[in-house]
Amino acid sequence: MSLDHHQPAAGSKAREELDHVVIRFAGDSGDGIQLTGMQFTNESALAGNDIATLPNFPAEIRAPAGTLPGVSGFQIHFGSQEILTPGEIPDVLVALNPAALKANLRDLKPGGILVLNEDAFNEKNLAKVGYQSNPAHDEVLAEKYRLFVVPITKLTRDCLAEAELSSREIERCKNFFALGVMLWMFNRPTEATHHWIESKFAKEPELIDANKRALEAGMTYAEATEIFDISYIVKPAKLAPGMYRNINGTSSMAYGFVAAAQKSGLPLFWGAYPITPASELLHELSRHKRLGVTTFQAEDEIAAICSAIGASYTGALGVTCSSGPGIALKTEAIALAVMTELPLVIVNVQRGGPSTGLPTKTEQADLLQALYGRAGEAPLCVIAASSPNSAFQAAYDACRIALKYMTPVMLLSDGYINTTSEPWQIPDPSKLQDFEFEFAKTNNNPGGAFWPYLRDEKTLSRPWAIPGTPELTHRIGGLEKENKTGNICYEADNHQLMTNLRAEKIKRIEAEIPPTVIDGPASGELLLVGWGGTEGTIQETVRNLRRDGHTVSRIHLKFLNPLPPDLGAVLGGFSKVLVPEINDGQLRSVLRDRYLVDAKGFNRMLGQPLKVSELTESVLNLLKAH
Amino acid sequence: MSNTATKLTKSDFETDQEVRWCPGCGDYSVLAAVQKLLPSLNIPREQLVFVSGIGCSSRFPYYMNTYGFHTIHGRAPAVATGVKVTNPALSVWVITGDGDALSIGGNHFIHLLRRNVDLNILLFNNRIYGLTKGQYSPTSEVGKVTKSTPMGSADFPLNPILVALGAQGTFIARAVDRDAAQLADVLTQAAAHKGTSFVEIYQNCNIFNDGAFDYVAERANRSETQLQLLHGKPLIFGKERNKGLAIGVDAQAKIVNFAGGESEALSAGIAVYDKHNANLANILARLDYPEFPVPMGVFFQSERTSFNDALDEQRNSALRTRPLTGSVDDNLRELFQAGDTWVVS
Repeated sequence: MSLDHHQPAAGSKAREELDHVVIRFAGDSGDGIQLTGMQFTNESALAGNDIATLPNFPAEIRAPAGTLPGVSGFQIHFGSQEILTPGEIPDVLVALNPAALKANLRDLKPGGILVLNEDAFNEKNLAKVGYQSNPAHDEVLAEKYRLFVVPITKLTRDCLAEAELSSREIERCKNFFALGVMLWMFNRPTEATHHWIESKFAKEPELIDANKRALEAGMTYAEATEIFDISYIVKPAKLAPGMYRNINGTSSMAYGFVAAAQKSGLPLFWGAYPITPASELLHELSRHKRLGVTTFQAEDEIAAICSAIGASYTGALGVTCSSGPGIALKTEAIALAVMTELPLVIVNVQRGGPSTGLPTKTEQADLLQALYGRAGEAPLCVIAASSPNSAFQAAYDACRIALKYMTPVMLLSDGYINTTSEPWQIPDPSKLQDFEFEFAKTNNNPGGAFWPYLRDEKTLSRPWAIPGTPELTHRIGGLEKENKTGNICYEADNHQLMTNLRAEKIKRIEAEIPPTVIDGPASGELLLVGWGGTEGTIQETVRNLRRDGHTVSRIHLKFLNPLPPDLGAVLGGFSKVLVPEINDGQLRSVLRDRYLVDAKGFNRMLGQPLKVSELTESVLNLLKAH
Repeated sequence: MSNTATKLTKSDFETDQEVRWCPGCGDYSVLAAVQKLLPSLNIPREQLVFVSGIGCSSRFPYYMNTYGFHTIHGRAPAVATGVKVTNPALSVWVITGDGDALSIGGNHFIHLLRRNVDLNILLFNNRIYGLTKGQYSPTSEVGKVTKSTPMGSADFPLNPILVALGAQGTFIARAVDRDAAQLADVLTQAAAHKGTSFVEIYQNCNIFNDGAFDYVAERANRSETQLQLLHGKPLIFGKERNKGLAIGVDAQAKIVNFAGGESEALSAGIAVYDKHNANLANILARLDYPEFPVPMGVFFQSERTSFNDALDEQRNSALRTRPLTGSVDDNLRELFQAGDTWVVS
């Protein structure tokens, strides 16, 4: 977009149309920044824009007020065109205190709009972040950016002077004043925000009134005051016909699991232990008891997965969710599910590692853990979501495959996917794929004891005979099984056979993988291979490069194990392969290993989504190289 | 189809698998006791699930002709919780040992007890690691010389009954492997209890810790070294039934010699056992040989809503508040369309 200075039209304020805009809201972690951002997002979605968001908050719940570690941010990229990433360079920065300005100013586009809360730029707050002079009154800043210095706190107090609220409660309404200014600037509706306020403060009518008034005061102020001389229009995006809602990866994924439970007819058992950022899934699922969901907040990560295994053994759809460090703790139990061949979905919402690492930041460094991180040869199916939209289907497919093949499935997501939001075309439940599984009802070894490891010829899955079923009493466990009978067996040839069978069963999941979709020519000089939450960045990079006349293709893997059966052939069609990842080259290693392809990596570990600008540069360098 | 109609016998619960415990192991006695008990419970075999962790005792499910799950070290309580919550109609039994339940699985053990999931835990306490060939366990006594403690163990042992009381379990009992009548009685009460019932079973490992419980398990010693906890009865022991336990005003137990007989016991100040009194249970749980006889039987029992019942009630309550009226697809549509939506035409 371009936000150059415009002369206001005489008598009325100018309006300019823009294709897409990036706004970043920033403030203290107690300022309600996430809420402000989400409301602006909802209004933009309802206005028909395509959107992508990037919440960015500290791991501490309330770092000391006014300090740099306490800064919380929320970025939204919205437009009338397809939006693939939350954007790198904000066109607009709203900074509610000096720390927020200091932490974010370097990212703001030159000439961009900068809105400051003047009241927070006092001596105390300035000193906390080492400002010698007040940047709100800095001429250099005013020259470089379109600076709007607004006494947001004071104006909020003024408009609520009559309200019967404490000064602290009044002050907390200031984010709605700021939201009002931004909604005016981009000609957004306010209905959804009104509804949200009404439902959020249903038990506190004074706060409904106060927040609505602060919102309206912000809009009125922007309209009336001369400092805001222009507003912007971003028209609706051309989305496919259908009903939409705004959704983040957490909700989308949770709905995928609820849909799987409903369509399979099984109760969903969700065993979890709180961990950032996966806890949000537990919160969402815990609200759907009437749809057959049981959530169990276990005493630790191990109990979380073991309870889910017990539930699966008993005929429920067992799921456990965590983040990398928690997955590490679950490892032995995952292998138990491999050995006992029970259906189970393990969700890993990846975060920055190793160890406690960066709990609120995103990363993709658990791929090799998912593929190989167990004792023994313990293969399982690994599926990755790549966006909030894809998370629904990925969760649904993970459940479908777990039940059909009687296997644990690892579903990978990441902090970015689960917290970013975008418009979601609400799926038609009647079009969701059917589940293929059945409980064993009759003895498969008439006259003798039931055989729990007599396999289905096509899928190699073993029968699911749940406790309570007459005539099928049997014992399973972590010790090696004799093929068919399931009895404990330490015999050499049997161990080789069972190892092969466990591997072959996972390989047969290839039948579930559709032909690889190649975005671009099916052969050529360069193929970008991605997986997980980098899809938006890679897609936008490729789109930009094509616009500039380059020929680049890309594929994005949903199945990481087994890999698509046609992947080797697809890779063979290109002389160069680049694998962008937020890790040190994990998928690249796998591709080099399996296909002997000289894949290059683009790897950044910043705790953030990959940047289009950096990836573009890397692609151009590779195209130049010989 | 179901075998509920015919009366089951002990042999109905035996499997075709060769039992692989060492000859003479106390585990055989417990296996026999459980196989003998089950027919009296009138539960169809397919409704029984035995879940175990790792260790000698945890091989137990393989020898029971019921549903069985031999899981991983220490985690049987968590697996069993998932089983019971998913199908509360099942009769669920956790088989574990002192290392499995109190060392690697200590966390799950206490949380199972406080949640009061409606299942039974049988803890085979042999005060040694048998399957790994003889290291000291969390219930081994201080100074115990084992393969891993050539100079004697420096670890102070856990008291399983006190741990269970601390975790606020609702049924807490102790029995000895070799005392079949006592074991049968305790197991019967445990099976009847609604909520988590916990039974510590003193079990002899004749290979690595032989005779560890002889002082209390040998028939000749029992009357002097065991104190039978009988609800509503005075705490009497001794060959001549002329010794009893009194609880002083300082809440300390002391041994009182008296003439013998129940009515005499009361006038001699001997305490009457009340299994619903947690404070009394706490005092008795700390008594040990040789200063005191070892209390056997049910230490404590109370009523508390089980975790699985509480979860059922939440689900039912959610359905009462907002009944499901439509088809599966209707339910999903309603879920997906909650909140603000818009239509692109």
